[in-house]
Amino acid sequence: MASYSTNEFRSGMKVMLDGDPCNILDNEFVKPGKGQAFNRVKLRNLKTGRVWERTFKSGESLEGADVIDVSLEYLYSDGEFWHFMDPDSFEQYQADATTVGDSHLWLKEQDKCEVTLYNGSPLSVSPPNFVELEITETDPGLKGDTASGGTKPATLSTGAVVKVPLFLNEGEIIRVDTRTGDYQNRAAKV
Amino acid sequence: MKWQPAAEPDTLRQRALLLDRVRRFFKKRHVLEVETPLLCQHGVTDPAIEAYQVTDAQGDRYLQTSPEYAMKRLLASCDAPLFQICRVFRKGEVGPRHNPEFSLLEWYQPGFDHHQLMNEVAELVIECLGKRPIRKKAYRDLFLETVQIDPFTDPVEALQNAAHLHLDTGALSGDRDLWLDLLMSHVIEPQLDGLYFVYDYPASQAALANIVSDGGVRIGQRFELYVDGMELANGYCELTDVREQRRRFIADNALRRKRGQLQRSIDGYLLAALEHGLPECSGVALGIDRLLMLQVGADDIRDVLAFDWGRA
Repeated sequence: MASYSTNEFRSGMKVMLDGDPCNILDNEFVKPGKGQAFNRVKLRNLKTGRVWERTFKSGESLEGADVIDVSLEYLYSDGEFWHFMDPDSFEQYQADATTVGDSHLWLKEQDKCEVTLYNGSPLSVSPPNFVELEITETDPGLKGDTASGGTKPATLSTGAVVKVPLFLNEGEIIRVDTRTGDYQNRAAKV
Repeated sequence: MKWQPAAEPDTLRQRALLLDRVRRFFKKRHVLEVETPLLCQHGVTDPAIEAYQVTDAQGDRYLQTSPEYAMKRLLASCDAPLFQICRVFRKGEVGPRHNPEFSLLEWYQPGFDHHQLMNEVAELVIECLGKRPIRKKAYRDLFLETVQIDPFTDPVEALQNAAHLHLDTGALSGDRDLWLDLLMSHVIEPQLDGLYFVYDYPASQAALANIVSDGGVRIGQRFELYVDGMELANGYCELTDVREQRRRFIADNALRRKRGQLQRSIDGYLLAALEHGLPECSGVALGIDRLLMLQVGADDIRDVLAFDWGRA
């Protein structure tokens, strides 16, 4: 892997730091007129998600990290691992619970997910921004109540619980924003 | 392709107004405006500053990083207050407050010590930015109050520990000055509100300032002005001793060698001028682009340049 000098650091660049792959978020050149130059770098540890700042002497370098983002199709979960497939090469990948994290609440079979691969293995999984899921459990719908603005909890086929309008019933398909967990609208029945 | 200017049209008008205001300030005080060469035979020896080298059939030249050497030669020959507004160039300095090519205002006042010059700097800055609180503090007191270390006498480990209280520096290592620069630029500078003058630096950071002994430590009669957490100007009660100047040139090159940097030829013209006699004086360099940033409230130097480094 190539190594990069502080003056080449750009946001989005993946580097190895203290043995972990990190994403560079920001790189600020700091130098007193008559003094030594530093780079104050904001990073995200891609394993732990921690975001922090580290200061380097300008001109120091870091090894690049073998990290790439790929779009994979979610296949199924066997309880221990979540399985994904590259739709072009048909290559399969498995991710454990730590890697998948809360994303499992939004994974629907055959949906495309952004998966970050580190040294060829999944490091993190991001669901699509919007998913359509079936309501499996909720209180019976109040007929005709489409305007009162009230909500009730509904459990979806993935196990996620979202607040939905009162008129919705079990078996209906809804569209959810996975970044906020907010109900968007009722989707057409499949 | 972005061919348009980076700055808003109004900011460009503000720049013209600022330059006009600065020139009027000096005209009123009978300070003579001068121009000196941008391409010189000798580059700066300061290890923290790299000059661009320009190829020429008769020998390489250096784009000036400040007009200091040339202006001192003028002072040695005419002994009058001088100012200059010019472009200077510093290799590799790109960031929200740095552009490798920038405008510098530099002036010299014969007979002034650095405290008198600080007063004049404050008058100019207030004339440009409007009234703001002015504070002055010795470098040593500032460090004692803000990060609880004595920058002159505490061991390097204490400086390092103070930095680690505030910052993640990983495997960063270096001498006293590295830790002092780090604490100053990352921890202390952001706290310096209003017009904040810091003066009397450790001798190792004197650059071209006169050095005096005081209370058992050696102090460089240098000052810096910070405005609202941003370094704006750097000045000295100027070194006039030719032997000490030669010694510092040699020491700079020794440090360059140690750090694996290129050696710089010593400017014989400056030494000859000092040999002839530089009047006792103080001088200061002030970043015009940063002054404009403060005037228009910009956070990024690109917002005040017609064409920043990326589109120059």
